[in-house]
Amino acid sequence: MNGEPALTSNASGEGFVVFDHVQKSYDGETLVVKDLNLSIGKGEFLTMLGPSGSGKTTCLMMLAGFETATHGEIKLNGRPINQVPPHKRGIGMVFQNYALFPHMSVGENLSFPLEVRGTGKSEREAKIKRALDMVQMGAFANRRPAQLSGGQQQRIALARALVFDPELVLMDEPLGALDKQLREHMQFEIKHLHESLGLTVVYVTHDQGEALTMSDRVAVFNDGRIQQLDAPDELYERPKNSFVAQFIGENNKLPGTIEALEDGKALVRLATGEVIDATPVNVTQKGQRTLVSIRPERVEFKPEMMPPGAHTIDAEVLEVIYMGDIFRTRLRVAGSEDFVMKSRNTLGQTKLVPGQHVRIGWHPQDARALEPM
Amino acid sequence: MTDTTALLTTADGKPLKSALAKSQGRARRRAFLLVAPLFFFVLLTFIIPIGQMLFQSVYNPTFTQAAPNLVRWFDENPAGSQIDEAAFAALAADLKQMKTDKTAGSAGTRINYDMPGTRSLFTAAARKADKLEPPYREALLEIDKTWGDPMLWRVMRSAASALTADFYLAALDLTRDDTGAIISVAQDRQVYVTLFARTFLLSGLITGLCLVLAFPIAHLLATLPLARSNLLMILVLLPFWTSLLVRTTSWMVLLQGQGVVNNVLVSLGILGEDGRIQMMYNQTGTIIAMTHILLPFMVLPLYSVMRPIPPSYVRAARSLGASSWTAFRRVYLPQTLPGIGAGALLVFILAVGYYITPALVGGADGQLISNLIAFHMQKSLNWSLAAALAGLLLAAVLALYWLYDRVVGIDNLKLG
Repeated sequence: MNGEPALTSNASGEGFVVFDHVQKSYDGETLVVKDLNLSIGKGEFLTMLGPSGSGKTTCLMMLAGFETATHGEIKLNGRPINQVPPHKRGIGMVFQNYALFPHMSVGENLSFPLEVRGTGKSEREAKIKRALDMVQMGAFANRRPAQLSGGQQQRIALARALVFDPELVLMDEPLGALDKQLREHMQFEIKHLHESLGLTVVYVTHDQGEALTMSDRVAVFNDGRIQQLDAPDELYERPKNSFVAQFIGENNKLPGTIEALEDGKALVRLATGEVIDATPVNVTQKGQRTLVSIRPERVEFKPEMMPPGAHTIDAEVLEVIYMGDIFRTRLRVAGSEDFVMKSRNTLGQTKLVPGQHVRIGWHPQDARALEPM
Repeated sequence: MTDTTALLTTADGKPLKSALAKSQGRARRRAFLLVAPLFFFVLLTFIIPIGQMLFQSVYNPTFTQAAPNLVRWFDENPAGSQIDEAAFAALAADLKQMKTDKTAGSAGTRINYDMPGTRSLFTAAARKADKLEPPYREALLEIDKTWGDPMLWRVMRSAASALTADFYLAALDLTRDDTGAIISVAQDRQVYVTLFARTFLLSGLITGLCLVLAFPIAHLLATLPLARSNLLMILVLLPFWTSLLVRTTSWMVLLQGQGVVNNVLVSLGILGEDGRIQMMYNQTGTIIAMTHILLPFMVLPLYSVMRPIPPSYVRAARSLGASSWTAFRRVYLPQTLPGIGAGALLVFILAVGYYITPALVGGADGQLISNLIAFHMQKSLNWSLAAALAGLLLAAVLALYWLYDRVVGIDNLKLG
């Protein structure tokens, strides 16, 4: 995908937030954000997902007004906001470390955005109460942030970003500091708030699970570009390039060369000489090198479980890991030693042992022939 | 609830508390031994001398030791009694003793503190003490008429008790009148209160200037990347590595009438040759030089408080709708208060006791109270008054510290 033009979003909404050919450079030598075009619909939950340094946080900061775009235009509700200072953008923001003001109580923290807007006292109190109740923290108005647990601080930060009724809320890895259980719980709460309040949310994370759970659409960032912008299921099941395939979820990769390409099917010759069926994604010609990617949970070893038309191949069991709900089996397949198969731990599931030879299979639709990175 | 719980014991039945004390005793003894050298050092070189100095401000036995007969007479006759022949006889006996002991000078000096010009009175009379014959009153008045001055006798009565508050009164420009009531000294002799006021005023001004100058620097240091802020920090610390005298002298070179600044202004035509600004040997000189010297003491506590404040606080305030000024005033500034408090307290306390810089560049109206303390220590040799002035200074600083604790809270102090 190097040198390939950035993927442009096919705006699903009316373009509440629009990035128009936005570029950003800090040092004048390298571009952190390379020609970003993105349109976010009103009421949409869009996640910017990517490894650190991929440019996603920079995009968020440009939208919030803390960084200026080196080139291009950012529009909010049809209005260019490049020259609008952050405090006049009316965007709610939740920060990674919450950024609750330590010298103010919870109530004062929530009161702050209303005071600077000149909201009257009674209206302020009503809004603060409503916002605190919204995150089930009504009893904590007089506490100091330091007296709250991480999860509670997270809720307060959320309430503070929502208390002045912004239409757009930005979240910068808001759940990064929480433990796994609390994080999953908060994911649902944020999702529910998004739905019940009709907010537009731009969410930044490097956690792909979080992105898939919460978003309407996910923009996968790498190297300053959007690699793919799609709904979570599309992204997971039909990654458009090998970066997305590897970044979202686990994937088996089998290197090979294209043997034949015709009407939506590709024949790929693997390193060991075997030829398998695959679905071509971004391979274009015969003889091209390719990576065939297959999801571990789409691989079966019991003939009766295999989908009709499945493609089968010989494999040797190397390792079986019991993970509770699933068995994770590492196999040697076509010379590759890190081919993984995930099988559900159902009643009467066949136990495999290392050294055993099995014939595994998958549907050709699940084998996606991608151009190697 | 504690009364209902049984005394806790260890597994073999010993009380838990004594077992705990025993197990921690070794560590505690070791900690004490480690601290002991410093403790004794501070005790010997700091606490005892300061205590002695402060004691001198209320205790001066030079006169009582030199004139035991007079002391007895003052004890037997209350204030306001007729100065009779017995009193003069006691004085004559003491003068004779002073001649043999050679203490007339120091006794005279003690009386001279409160009544200038009387030191020679004692030395002259002591020289002739052997020739004194009764009636002593006439004999002494013949040597000097001043011996009959009631003021002199009042001063001697006051000096006859070693334990005295006179030096504190003097340090506050107060004295006693004939009846012993406390009154202000004559207008032309009032120096100390004005000087105290000037010292606190100038120290406050210097603290304010330091704060205004240091705040942006500290902020810059705190927000720059570490590599570059360390480089700048060296510039802040550079003055610490240069002798105080050198720094003060360089200010003299810069600011004096024929100095660099004036020369540049004149050569640029901004000032006329006769319009040179007098920036040295007056208050301006003291303020400029001391602000420069004390600046690092403000920068460092501010920096140490600002460094850990993440930029996301101000960003959060901005995103919540605050203008940059509101975000600074309501979010950033309150979080730097511990640093402001520490820096201000540090600079103020240092400035209040500053000696060398005002002595060199202060001229007449740039002198501070410490210069007068030094004067009494070195020139007038009135150590008791010097101690009283220092004691008042110490009390004022402690009062300030207490006030700070009440207003800001001392645990809010962050020195580094």
